[in-house]
Amino acid sequence: MTYILKPQLHHPKLPTNGLGYTRRDYEGSVSTLCAGCGHDSISASIIQACFELELPPHRVAKLSGIGCSSKTPDYFLGNSHGFNTVHGRMPSVLTGANLANRDLIYLGVSGDGDSASIGLGQFAHAIRRGVNMLYIVENNGVYGLTKGQFSATSDRGSKSKRGVVNTDAGIDMVSLALQMGATFVARSFSGDKEQLVPLIKAGLAHKGAAFIDCISPCVQFNNHQGSTKSFDYVREHNEAVNKLDVITPRDPIHVDYRPGETVRVQQHDGSILSLHKLNDLYNPNSRAQALGYLQARQARGQIVTGLLFVDPAAGDLHDAVGTVATPLNQLGEAELVPGQAALERINASLR
Amino acid sequence: MQRTREPGADYFHKVVDCQWACPAHTPVPEYIRLIAEGRYGDAYMINWKSNVFPGVLGRTCDRPCEPACRRGRVEDEPVAICRLKRVAADNKPDITARLPPPAAAPNGKRIALVGAGPASLTVARDLAPLGYEITVFDGESKSAGMIRSQIPRFRLPEEVIDEEVGYITGLGGIDMRLGQRVDSLKALLADGYDAVFVGSGAPRGRDLDIPGRQEAAANIHIGIDWLSNVSFGHIDRIGRRVIVLGGGNTAMDCCRTSRRLGGEDVKVIVRSGFEEMKASPWEKEDAMHEDIPIINMRVPKAFTHEDGRLTGVVFEVVEAVFDEKGRRKLMPTGEPDEHYPCDDVLVAVGQENAFPWIEDDIGLEFDEWHMPKVDPATFQSTLPNVFFGGDAAFGPKNIIWAVAHGHEAAVSIHKFCHGEDVAVRPPPGATLVSQKMGIHEWSYDNDVSNDNRYRVPMRDKKEALSDVRLEVELGFDRELGLKEAQRCLNCDVQTVFADKLCIECDACVDICPMDCITFTEDAAESAEGEADLRGRLKAPALNLTQDLYVSGKLPGTGRVMAKDEDVCLHCGLCAERCPTGAWDMQKFYLEMTHAGPQCLSR
Ligand SMILES: Cc1cc2nc3c(=O)[nH]c(=O)nc-3n(C[C@H](O)[C@H](O)[C@H](O)COP(=O)(O)OP(=O)(O)OC[C@H]3O[C@@H](n4cnc5c(N)ncnc54)[C@H](O)[C@@H]3O)c2cc1C
Ligand SMILES: Cc1ncc(C[n+]2csc(CCOP(=O)(O)OP(=O)(O)O)c2C)c(N)n1
Ligand code: SF4
Ligand code: SF4
Ligand code: SF4
Ligand SMILES: [Mg+2]
Repeated sequence: MTYILKPQLHHPKLPTNGLGYTRRDYEGSVSTLCAGCGHDSISASIIQACFELELPPHRVAKLSGIGCSSKTPDYFLGNSHGFNTVHGRMPSVLTGANLANRDLIYLGVSGDGDSASIGLGQFAHAIRRGVNMLYIVENNGVYGLTKGQFSATSDRGSKSKRGVVNTDAGIDMVSLALQMGATFVARSFSGDKEQLVPLIKAGLAHKGAAFIDCISPCVQFNNHQGSTKSFDYVREHNEAVNKLDVITPRDPIHVDYRPGETVRVQQHDGSILSLHKLNDLYNPNSRAQALGYLQARQARGQIVTGLLFVDPAAGDLHDAVGTVATPLNQLGEAELVPGQAALERINASLR
Repeated sequence: MQRTREPGADYFHKVVDCQWACPAHTPVPEYIRLIAEGRYGDAYMINWKSNVFPGVLGRTCDRPCEPACRRGRVEDEPVAICRLKRVAADNKPDITARLPPPAAAPNGKRIALVGAGPASLTVARDLAPLGYEITVFDGESKSAGMIRSQIPRFRLPEEVIDEEVGYITGLGGIDMRLGQRVDSLKALLADGYDAVFVGSGAPRGRDLDIPGRQEAAANIHIGIDWLSNVSFGHIDRIGRRVIVLGGGNTAMDCCRTSRRLGGEDVKVIVRSGFEEMKASPWEKEDAMHEDIPIINMRVPKAFTHEDGRLTGVVFEVVEAVFDEKGRRKLMPTGEPDEHYPCDDVLVAVGQENAFPWIEDDIGLEFDEWHMPKVDPATFQSTLPNVFFGGDAAFGPKNIIWAVAHGHEAAVSIHKFCHGEDVAVRPPPGATLVSQKMGIHEWSYDNDVSNDNRYRVPMRDKKEALSDVRLEVELGFDRELGLKEAQRCLNCDVQTVFADKLCIECDACVDICPMDCITFTEDAAESAEGEADLRGRLKAPALNLTQDLYVSGKLPGTGRVMAKDEDVCLHCGLCAERCPTGAWDMQKFYLEMTHAGPQCLSR
C-alpha cells in the first residue's frame, strides 16, 4: 500500500471536458490493492471513460459486492454515489436502487468470486430482468481477497500458484450473460485500455443490461506459468473480433475505415458505436452466432474479446414493469399514497 | 528511437534542472534536503565546495537555477533556491574545522592572481590547499572585488563578506597584497610566476556624453564609482531629487541606495520598455516597493543646468516599432520632449572592461572588441601561462559565473603546472544509488508539498530606508526554511527503468499524477521519429528542452516505455505501484571535479 496521497498537482496541459473537469476529477482515493493489480487498470479505464463521456460525477451510482474487485469503487469517482454491499448481493441492491431512482447511471462492479460463486443467482436474475446498468466483472480467476483460491471462472486444467490443478469446469460469464438475455455483452482485458475504455463508454451509454467480463490478472496469486489469467497468457491467446469507437452526439463524425469493414450501431442515447471488424465472420448483432463463435474459439484455447453482442433497441426493467417516468424517490405523498378510493379501484380490478 | 536504456551522467544531470542551470553545478536538491533535516552545516559545506560564497550568494546570487527549476513548470513559482542557501549560511554551526587543512608542504609553484574578486578568490581557494604559493594583488584596500565595492550593504552585510573571504585567506599559502595595483603584466610575468590569473573584473562604468555633461559634472555621477564610494564610506549624502539613468541591476542598486542617503524623490528612467530592462524582476519589484517609479521609453537628450548646477534632464519620448524584418526599434513618438527636474543624476548605463595595464607586445592577443582572446573551456589566453576568469574574461556577468570560471581556471592552472594538456577536462564525479528502504519506503521524503512559494520576511520599510547598512531582507527563519525546502521536488532522485522486469501492467501509467509515462509503439531513430513519439504520448511532450527517457523493446508486447521528464514530480509513485521493481528511485549525485589529484591524468 502506498502511504502518501497522490499529489494534487497535475500536468499543466491536462485537458478538461465539457463540464470543466479534468480526468483527475474523476479519480478516487489511492488504491490499497497490490501493486500491479489488473483491477487498478480497470479503475483507470472507468475514470477515463466517465471523463470522456462528460458524466456529471454526482449522477453516477457505483455498487459492488465483496472482494478486491468490489473494493475498487473507492478508487474511482470519489464524488459519485457508492454502495459496497454484501458478498454476491450487489445485483439485488442495484436493482432496488435503480427502481427507486431511474435517473442515475448505474455501474455494478464485481469479481468472479462475487458473481460466479456466491452471487451467481443474483447475477443471472439482474441480467434477465434487463436492469439498466453496466455490470463489470473484474475476472482474475481467483478469490483474491481471501488469498487466491480458485474461483468458478478458473479454467479446468489451469494451475494454482502452488501447482494444484483445477479439476472443475470453468463458468464462462460471457456465455452466461448472453443466455440470460443481456443486451450488451463484451469481453476485454485490463492490460488493453485502448479496447476497454470504448467498451465501458458504450456499456454506460447502453440502455438495458450491459455486461463486460474483463480479464484482470492477479499479480499476487494468478500471474504465474500455468495460469490462464496471467498477463502473458492473455496476451498470447487474445482474439479481438472488432475495434470499437464510441461517437457521442457531441463528437464530430469522421469515417476512417473502408465501407464493409465497419458496422455502425446507433444506441438509444444517440451515441454511435462504430465497430471496425477485425474478424470478417463476426457479427455482433446475433446472439446465437455469438454463442457458437465463443464455443468454437474457446475449444481452440482462444480468448475472444471485443463487443460480442449488442441489441441497440433493447428496453429495460422500467419499460417492462411500466413504472412512471418520474423517479420513485421524487414522487410526493399524494402520488405515493393515493388514498382509499384508489385502493378500492385496484382491488375491484383484481376480482 | 535513441535508447536511453543506459543513460549517462549528462542525461541524469540534465533532469536536475537547477543543478544543470547553476554555472558551478551546485547539488541543489541535496543541500535543500539537508536544510529540511536541520543539518545546516552539511548543507553549507556542499555549497561551500561548489560555490565558495554561500552566505554572499544566498543573498545576492543572480540565481539562474530558479527560472530553470521544475517546480516553476508544475505550479506558479520555483523553489526559493537562493534564499534557502542563506538559511544554511545563517544557521550553520562553526564550520572552520571542516575547511581543508593547510598544505603539508609547498609544491614549489608560484601563482599570481590579479584582483581579489570572487573569480580570483575561487582560484586561490582551489589551489592553496594543494601547496601552491598564491599572491593576490588588488588595487583596493579591501578584498572581495565588486562583492564589497558595488553590492550595497543593505543587501549584503560586510560581516558575511569578511567571514567567507576569511575562510579562504585562512587556508594558508595565500599572500594578500591589498592596495597594490598591478600596472604592468609584463613586469608581473618577469617576476617568474608559474602562472598568472587575471580576475580584474570589468571596472569601468560607461558615461553618457550628451549636452550639459561637462557643465553639470558636479552632480552627475557614474553609478559604479558612486556605489563604491558609498560602500567605502566616502559618500553618505545625495540630493533630495535623484534621477537614475539605466535599467540594469546597477541602476536598481543606485536608486535604492539613494533612497537611504536622503533621496526622497528618486526615479529610474530607462530608454527601453519595462519588460526589456536588464534588471532581474525581483530587483525591479524591490525598487518599486521602496516608492521608486520606473519610467520607461525615455531617451536622455541633455542635462539642463543653471550657474554650473544641474537642474534636470531632458528626454525624448520613444516607442517600440517593428521594422519589416520584425526587428524591434525605438522610434520617437513625436510628442514634445519632457524635462524632469532633479538635484543629482546617477548614470548606470553599462560597464566595460579595461586592461590599460596589459602591454600589447607580450603576445597576449585581444579581439576586435578589445577583449582578451580566452578559451571558453580552459580560460587560457594566447599566453599559455596567463589565464582569465570572471568579468575580465567575457565581460560583466555575476558572482556565480565568476566562481565557475575560477574553478575551471584552477583546474587548468593545476594541469598546466604539471605539464598536462589543459584541453583535456576532468569528468565530474557521479553516483546513482537506490533510495529503496522497504516496499513503499524511500530514504527521501517523496510526499509532494502543495504550498506556494514563501516570501522572504522584510524589514519594515521606514526602518530599512533609515540606514544604508541595515539589511533589508530578514531571511527565512528555520520554520519557513523548512516549509520552503519541502517544496523541492527532489529532481535528483531519478526514475530508473529496467526494461526486462516490466510486465506492462500499466500500474505506473495509472498512478502517475503528471501523465509522464506511456507504453507505445517504438518510433523511428530520427528527428521525425522523436517528434512523432513526443506527439503520441499520454500528454504530448511539447517542452523540447526536456528529454524523453525511452526503453528498449519490452518483453511482453515489443512496445517501448517512453517517459517525458518535463513535469515529473519525482514522487516515486510509479516505483511504489510497480509490482516487479522495474521502476526504481535512485539518487544521482554529481560533483564537479575541481583542481586536485583527481583532475590530473597521471
Ligand atoms: C552595482 C552592482 C551590483 C551587482 N550586484 C550583483 C549581485 O547582486 N549578484 C551578483 O551575482 N553579481 C552582482 N554584480 C556583479 C558582480 O559583482 C561581478 O560580476 C563579480 O564581482 C565579478 O567578479 P570578478 O572576480 O570577475 O571581478 P570583480 O569582483 O570586479 O573584482 C575585480 C577586482 O580586481 C581589482 N583590479 C582590477 N584591476 C586591477 C589591477 N590592475 N591590479 C590589481 N587589482 C585590480 C579590482 O579592484 C577588483 O577588486 C553586481 C555588479 C554591480 C556593478
Ligand atoms: C458471505 C460471505 N462469504 C464469504 C466471504 C469471504 N470472501 C470475501 S471475498 C471472497 C471472494 C472474492 O472473490 P472475487 O469476487 O473474485 O474478488 P477478487 O478479490 O478476486 O477481486 C470471499 C469468498 C464473505 N466476505 N462473505
Ligand atoms: S524542484 Fe528542487 S531539485 Fe527540482 S529543479 Fe527545483 S530546486 Fe531543483
Ligand atoms: S516519479 Fe513516477 S509517478 Fe511520480 S511523477 Fe514521476 S513518473 Fe510520475
Ligand atoms: S508498473 Fe512496473 S511492471 Fe507495470 S507497467 Fe509499469 S514498469 Fe511495467
Ligand atoms: Mg476474483
